[in-house]
Amino acid sequence: MYPRKFDYVAPSSLDEAFEALGDDSKVMAGGMSLIPLMKLRLFSPALVVDIARIPGLDTLDDKGDHITIGALVRHAETAASDLIRSNAAALSTAAALTGDVQVRNRGTTCGTMAHADAVADQPAGALACGAVMIAQSASGTREIPASEFFVDSLTSALNPDEILTSIRIPKSGDGEGSAYDKLGRRGGRSDYAVAGAAAWVKRSNGSITEARVAVTGIGTKPTLAEGVAEALIGTDGSASAVEAAAERALEGVTVLEDLYGSEEYKSHLAKVYAKRAINQALASI
Amino acid sequence: MATTSVMGGSVRRREDPALIQGMGTYVDDLQPTGVLQVAFMRSPVARAKITSLDTSKAKEMPGVAAIYTHEDVAHLGPLLAQVQIGKLRPLLADGEVNHMGEAIAMVVAENRYQAQDAAEAIDVEFDVVKPIIDLKEAASDAAKVHDELDSNILHTWTYHGYWDALGLEDQTPQVDAAMERDDAVVVSLEMKNQRLIPVAIEPRSVMAEYNPGYGRFTVHSSTQVPHALGGAISKTFGMIASDVRVIAPEVGGGFGSKLNVYNDEILAAFAAKDLGRPVKWTETRREAASSTIHGRGWVGTATIVGTKDGEFLGYKLHALADMGAYSQNFTVAIPLLGLWIASGQYKMPVSWTVDCVVTNTMTTDAYRGAGRPEAIYYLERIIDAYAREIGMDPFEVRKKNFWQPDEFPALMGCGFALDSGDYASNVDKLMEKADYAGLLRMRDQARDEGRLVGVGVGSYVEVCGFGPAVLAEIGFSWSEYGLPASFNGSGLVRVNPDATVTVVIGTGPSGQGHETTWAQIVGDGLGIPVDKVRVLHGDTREHPMGIGTFGSRSVAVDGAATYEATLKVREKAAKIAAHLLEASATDIVFENGGAHVAGSPAPRVEWEAIAKAAYQAHTSPEDVESGLEAHTSFSPGNATWPFGSHIALVEVDPDTGNVELLRYVGVDDCGNEINPMIVNGQIHGGIAQGVGQAMFEDAVYDSDGNLLTGSLLDYPLPTAADLPSFELDRTVTPTDVNPMGVKGVGEAGTIGTAHTIVNAVVDALEPLGVKHVDMPLRPKRVWQAIQEARG
Amino acid sequence: MEVSMTVNGRAVSADVEPRTLLVHFLRENLRLTGTHVGCETGYCGACTVHVDGKAVKSCTMLAVQAEGADVKTIESLASNGNLHPVQEGFWERHGLQCGFCTPGMIMASVALLDENNNPSEDEIRHGIEGNLCRCTGYHNIVRAVEYAGAKMRGEEPPPPDWEGGE
Repeated sequence: MYPRKFDYVAPSSLDEAFEALGDDSKVMAGGMSLIPLMKLRLFSPALVVDIARIPGLDTLDDKGDHITIGALVRHAETAASDLIRSNAAALSTAAALTGDVQVRNRGTTCGTMAHADAVADQPAGALACGAVMIAQSASGTREIPASEFFVDSLTSALNPDEILTSIRIPKSGDGEGSAYDKLGRRGGRSDYAVAGAAAWVKRSNGSITEARVAVTGIGTKPTLAEGVAEALIGTDGSASAVEAAAERALEGVTVLEDLYGSEEYKSHLAKVYAKRAINQALASI
Repeated sequence: MATTSVMGGSVRRREDPALIQGMGTYVDDLQPTGVLQVAFMRSPVARAKITSLDTSKAKEMPGVAAIYTHEDVAHLGPLLAQVQIGKLRPLLADGEVNHMGEAIAMVVAENRYQAQDAAEAIDVEFDVVKPIIDLKEAASDAAKVHDELDSNILHTWTYHGYWDALGLEDQTPQVDAAMERDDAVVVSLEMKNQRLIPVAIEPRSVMAEYNPGYGRFTVHSSTQVPHALGGAISKTFGMIASDVRVIAPEVGGGFGSKLNVYNDEILAAFAAKDLGRPVKWTETRREAASSTIHGRGWVGTATIVGTKDGEFLGYKLHALADMGAYSQNFTVAIPLLGLWIASGQYKMPVSWTVDCVVTNTMTTDAYRGAGRPEAIYYLERIIDAYAREIGMDPFEVRKKNFWQPDEFPALMGCGFALDSGDYASNVDKLMEKADYAGLLRMRDQARDEGRLVGVGVGSYVEVCGFGPAVLAEIGFSWSEYGLPASFNGSGLVRVNPDATVTVVIGTGPSGQGHETTWAQIVGDGLGIPVDKVRVLHGDTREHPMGIGTFGSRSVAVDGAATYEATLKVREKAAKIAAHLLEASATDIVFENGGAHVAGSPAPRVEWEAIAKAAYQAHTSPEDVESGLEAHTSFSPGNATWPFGSHIALVEVDPDTGNVELLRYVGVDDCGNEINPMIVNGQIHGGIAQGVGQAMFEDAVYDSDGNLLTGSLLDYPLPTAADLPSFELDRTVTPTDVNPMGVKGVGEAGTIGTAHTIVNAVVDALEPLGVKHVDMPLRPKRVWQAIQEARG
Repeated sequence: MEVSMTVNGRAVSADVEPRTLLVHFLRENLRLTGTHVGCETGYCGACTVHVDGKAVKSCTMLAVQAEGADVKTIESLASNGNLHPVQEGFWERHGLQCGFCTPGMIMASVALLDENNNPSEDEIRHGIEGNLCRCTGYHNIVRAVEYAGAKMRGEEPPPPDWEGGE
């Protein structure tokens, strides 16, 4: 209920932030993931580095061939952005289905990525949309593809001295579309994902030429289901082709049982939602 | 006395102006000078011997005023309980722990952050013992939870044997014989009625102060039963009742979870006295989950026998009810509330047995409905299964077996009589309101399209308005807390010299709008505007006698008492008015804020003049004592028996098992209504909690006794987005148990809902051959049932 | 550490531990006890306040995060004895029972209507999804928000729907 003691700094530049970061420190943007864990005393860093006062991180920008989402862009802003909706619908929908209004007003898209919760929504959208995570530290900048970013439950590829300063999303071209769908803990699309999937597809001359499908909620981490994409590419995207491709949704996934589903059920849901997301993505083109 | 003259207006609530401006006072809002804060060190394991407990390091932490363990409070004895079957809870763990979350040490510090820090610094070592969690395993007595008890089955309630004094007949042979009939259809299901966490949104909170000069306690607590708490404190500390003042200010929901006297309340008082400073404890949500009472927690097999054309021949239930590790307040008596409505609204012999089983889990006690939702769930689910079995419409089956209007009062096999009812008319009104026939057509059409749409129906009768004084003989009283041994109602009505009215009642509302409802009762009775009536409650100093608010009892018992007190005041006022008007008291009528002789509006005398006269000897009649007040006790001859019927429309996603609740329609009957707006609100909330049990909520312990659902992250409650608007209507069948003809409505919605939802989902899955799905109907479970049905 | 912010239009500052939650700062330092605490995981919404015009959960925010912010609590809504239309709606449509979730529910509803004063029932229900009420089943809360929306649009609110009975 009440966090343990910690030190707090709110640097006014990235350089100051890098200097503050150490072995037992934690970066905080909105705090919607971090503060509940600290209140429950499940996680107690010695130092919280609040990046909310660093200028320039709060914008969502059109950079020509891609979009950047700054570290301080809230879920609500990602969800409301026409730019994101028209170029990365899967991420837009995932942001709109994250938490509730108040959570979306404080929590950040980059924050949910860095937190790497296995049941979060937006990581699936980022995976499907081919996002690149921009990690900065005193020693420079790393560009980490989303597919390499989610390492394990609550573990990302970020080093302790790095800050996820932005996410880069490629802009959508002709014949491309994406979608996210999920089953939530209270049923429907509410709350954390019991299972969710995001799909991005490119269709040209009636056949699917590129695809990325990601699943979340069912295992140790949000995962790119490469087998699904592989099976989908080259097909006409017919219902049967999608159904067959979705059968491979579990490849590379370690399914975990929880209060909301057995392994068998979650495995089944991964396929159902992979199928639904692909069909919605195709329908959106 | 007339039974239909009461109020009936949807008056806006008097409680609301403060609450909507954030100016209501809840216990945690109190912050007296020098207040200390409490944190408990609680057991992280379900069952263990405590091999060492060292608070020395923690005592050195910043801000710590004291840390108490069992030795410090052993002299106060275990926590008092009203029904003393089973093991009583030690105030702090006595060398062993028996459920996760059991309080081991109490830290008192300058603020809550420091208290928590110190609680964390207490060194404790355990010798962990394998806990007994599973109900069936516990009931087998293969290993015992408490060595000193003879059995893990603390008590067994049977339909005929629960109260020897009644000399009831055992109907089991009748039910068994019916099963042997050639034309008998026997349907049986084993079903769970899962354990729930009440989750009042206001966490429990207590703030105790002790003044050694006066030798008095003042204890603010978020409780439904301030007088019981006052009694418990005075008994525990050996004080006279008048030296303990308990105040329940605004109470942020209770639902039964605040109807216990808790160890933390006694301990806060102890620490306040010991330290000479105010001491406050406010539970965290995790503590609320692990250490405030749970509800339900039954597993049982229901069996119904009937003919092929829908006539019930008998009903049988054998269930195990989880009591948790320690008995508090009513724990073991809760199933008894279900026993009294075991036969529902139907005429048939009943054989009903519930074993009360101790386990290494948190205590169970009254949670909204308390025994009644469980009893009705088993009955109404098995009736639904039987209707499917014989291929008859579930409402038709029910109507065929209802008690008929001319059979009331209807004496049931449990020895109680249903007071009044017209069950078939209630169902007819519901079927019309919901367009039942249209719903079934829609369902059938959806089925033809391959969709899984279900229409669920359910009825209920409940028992409330506790209560009859005779029930004190089987524990329904506050005798163990030193209060008079019955749940009679009381009400004090005083017309003040300025012609305003003060009403003092012994209820303990937590959102039910008593300040409004009672103002209507009294204002209407005296012909004084509601806004001149002030209702006081929740303070043991203001009212000598109070039972509290639970079991949908307040209006039917304390309301009735207040109504009678109002009539007495009116009678006296009539004498004074007659004196002033030089008329006969029997000719006086009250209206529009004054009195006049019936049939002649002038001359009249205003309440201001009557009130003034009442307090001045020279203006009041010689044979009338000064003052204008009455304090009445009301002893009902029977409980009250509200009823109703509900319909749910659901659609199931066959690929995911997701259940969508599309419509919910209810026609309830709580007798006369004082404020229909408030009645509607009570039913809404009750339905939502019924939906919560049916679809979302589940308190889960793993086999090691870890509570897996200790926060709202893992104990999902229904939100606005999960529920439809409810469609309600009523039938009105007054009771003659009390002079207002009111029955009570606090729990009805909950008692009527869970089975209705499950019946709807089973209806949706009928084409697949699914017979039952246990609650909560989370998608995983519905999907699993679909898989199993499909083989 | 020192923290300064504007609360209900008034500049305030205090020396707090970094771990002090905004809700405790409001309740205990400023004695603004209308903002409540109902859980610890950011689920119940009883602690909802507005920070820089947005509804947020003050139990999931450190006081130091609100440095320089404009914070509004339930106590700021009524002015000169006039209730905010949402407060009026909750009163007129019995949108509360125990009242504990009410301040947070009202603040969430105000934020919702500030963005869209003519929401559909579905938009209302999703707009207050982050606020738990255990008493009302939400039915009358939705009616209360509808009432307030109508008032804010200058329209006559729909009539109450509780006339049951015979």
